[in-house]
Amino acid sequence: MNWVLVILGGTVGAPLRYLTDRAVQSRHDSGFPWGTFTVNVVGCLVLGTLTGAATAGAASSHLQLLLGTGLCGALTTYSTFSYETLRLAESGARAQAALNAIASVTAGLGAAFVGVTVAQAIWA
Amino acid sequence: MTSPHPETVDEPAETTAPARRAPVWRGQGPAVAVVAVGGAAGASARYGAALLWPARAGGFPWTTFWVNVAGCFVIGVFMVLITEVWAPHPLVRPFFGTGVLGGFTTFSTYAVDIQRLIDEGHPRTALAYLAATLLAALAAVWAAVALTRRVSARWGTGREAS
Repeated sequence: MNWVLVILGGTVGAPLRYLTDRAVQSRHDSGFPWGTFTVNVVGCLVLGTLTGAATAGAASSHLQLLLGTGLCGALTTYSTFSYETLRLAESGARAQAALNAIASVTAGLGAAFVGVTVAQAIWA
Repeated sequence: MTSPHPETVDEPAETTAPARRAPVWRGQGPAVAVVAVGGAAGASARYGAALLWPARAGGFPWTTFWVNVAGCFVIGVFMVLITEVWAPHPLVRPFFGTGVLGGFTTFSTYAVDIQRLIDEGHPRTALAYLAATLLAALAAVWAAVALTRRVSARWGTGREAS
């Protein structure tokens, strides 16, 4: 059962990232990887909310496996994030590479904190 | 390469230039399907690693750390192979790069692990984990790209410029 939930979540999360990235990247012409940035921050917000809800006893362990380990885990990515950061640096856009790394970590962490806080305000 | 973007992992597999901007969903069925299968496989592998090496409460999240660093190394090797060495089937990149490796590595667990460590009174571990993951991930992808280029150049397998 647990594996089925993780697999289901991963099956939905990865295509969501792929389509979001394509949609976001097609809407602007800058070289900045806004698509990966968007999914990573949104995923951190969702996982933060889920974690806060779980701490408050409002989210089951099954929901955590489906949405947390499966969906958010597959929606967000560290490998694409670091590869795109390297590509920016290699193409000479070193400032953008540094900005991508710092902004992704800061915004992701901020989103996680916001998610947990909001969830605890609602369910605690 | 006419794209204004640096090469991203999710770059469309087909290079046919449409006269007008087509909806992002159009013709994406096969790619979405292989990304879904790859994502399920990657997420399962990460879940399996977490079961094999469960994180200690309040401790450094080593399993997520190594999952992310390993995934970053592999994507470096993979992207050099498929963009500079071979020309694989168009679905190889969405399946393995976007699906498997994207599903395997995680940014959300990384961020929430840091939040949890701070919340539980381990700010130094949280800061060490934050910095170590970022530095190790970037070092891994850089080393993987450099190493793969060097090896492919030595073997003379680099794709001829056309």
